Amino acid sequence: MEVAVARKRKNSSKRWKMALLFSMAALLFAGIVYTFLVLNHDPSFVKLTERLLPISPEHPLGTDHLGRDVLTRLLLGSQLTVGYGLAALFIAVIIGVPFGLLAGFKGGFADRIFMRIADVFLSFPDTLVAIVLSGLLGAGIENLLLAIVLVKWVSYSRLVRSTVLTERQKDYVMIAKINGLRSSRIMIKHIFPHVIGNVLVLASLDLGKIILLISALSYIGLGAQPPAPEWGAMLNDARPHFQSHPQLMIYPGLAIVFIVLMSNLLGDYFRDKFDVKKEVGN
Amino acid sequence: MSLLEVNHVYKKYDNGAAVLQDVSFAIEKGQCVGLVGESGCGKSTLARCLLRIEPIDEGTILFEGIPLHNKNERSLKPYRKHIQTVLQNPSAALNPKLKIKDSLMDPYLQFGSQAAMKYFQYTNNKDFVAQLLDAVELPASLAERYPHELSGGQKQRVTIARAISIEPDVIILDEPTSSLDVLSQAAVLRLLDDLRVQLGSSYLFISHDLSAVYTMSETIMVMRDGVIVDRFEKDGLFSKERHPYTRELVAMFDY
Repeated sequence: MEVAVARKRKNSSKRWKMALLFSMAALLFAGIVYTFLVLNHDPSFVKLTERLLPISPEHPLGTDHLGRDVLTRLLLGSQLTVGYGLAALFIAVIIGVPFGLLAGFKGGFADRIFMRIADVFLSFPDTLVAIVLSGLLGAGIENLLLAIVLVKWVSYSRLVRSTVLTERQKDYVMIAKINGLRSSRIMIKHIFPHVIGNVLVLASLDLGKIILLISALSYIGLGAQPPAPEWGAMLNDARPHFQSHPQLMIYPGLAIVFIVLMSNLLGDYFRDKFDVKKEVGN
Repeated sequence: MSLLEVNHVYKKYDNGAAVLQDVSFAIEKGQCVGLVGESGCGKSTLARCLLRIEPIDEGTILFEGIPLHNKNERSLKPYRKHIQTVLQNPSAALNPKLKIKDSLMDPYLQFGSQAAMKYFQYTNNKDFVAQLLDAVELPASLAERYPHELSGGQKQRVTIARAISIEPDVIILDEPTSSLDVLSQAAVLRLLDDLRVQLGSSYLFISHDLSAVYTMSETIMVMRDGVIVDRFEKDGLFSKERHPYTRELVAMFDY
């Protein structure tokens, strides 16, 4: 009885999260359609006579200190921020997963070398390493991406490695060996399905963190450079006008919250989806 | 020439502790040999050595007179189809991420074309899986399920179906019933007994449960601390000549 209630509660919270995720995606999509098809402002067109305008039908979120439409820039910024975030994530996964598979399955010397390299990367906080690297390489979004990839690939390798190490101890791998499957076949057929779910969950949760990192570093001037409508850079642009027009800082902030929340909801969704075992119980 | 012959096998752990000492026995075609002993006496290690998951230190393991103990993984592969296994914990022996049909097809996809199949006929994957499930008295609809949707007894039947799918000559049963409830235990033992007659396979039945071994086997060996201390035909279990340790086990025998 209690189990049934708990399950019902879990299911209803899951449904609620899904509904939130979909309505957020729908809102974003509607915003994009309306802004680019109906309003169609140029995001970097400077018109000083229209600076710092309040909310109006023509400018749904008003204009910034250079007379540019805020909503257009926010939505374009979502492309930039999410696009760069996804790119960094993708490269980190592409690099991290094969290393983890190799280290976990081969073990021995290669694994020990790999673990020491990983320890070096893990011994500093992500943000610090990203700041130092983009400081050394020079400000700019490409260098920031490189810094993020260098910081993030290790966690994927570690995750994959530990998954492989856990799974290869299991009886079903031993039986696959007795059944004459080659190591590469065991890897692909038996172990990879365990890896892929874990990686997707971590990646979707990481997307939020990476977006925060890009925005944070852009805010202090190490990431996207003006006039790119990156959210962190927009926050920075709005700083001088914070007293008189606080909305210019609030909008990009809310946009970041919006996207990070979406990526976390997506992470939860993947976690529930790939964790077949927990759903039915045993 | 026996089907599987084990001669003077010794095995030590890395820390020098002896696990198996001078273990010798033979399994004839169609025979079920029982191996009984307490937990930790080396039964499972012996199974892993026979399956060549672990190397042995000394002695020989012969299959139809051909030595297996000194073969590397590549040259061993043709012999893997003759020796299959069913392990204690069916939940661990099935990949939780794969559907039952995918786990079941593993041995056949590797060895099917070379295995001498008399009992099962392969036409296509789907019918073959249905035949295998039918042989272990499971409905064909389970093929599309995941392991966590099955009961322990059903899972163990699936691992049995996987082991018999290429009709091996020897099946090493390492405590196949000890993780099951009493009713499933009896049903699985009966199933294994029937399958042995149908397929003509030989069994090495390893268990700590003397009554299960007694039900299944024609010859029984008793192992203690890595040494086979007693061996006898089934009828001789209650004889006065038994080793004191065997008599101890018999005294605990639940009949």
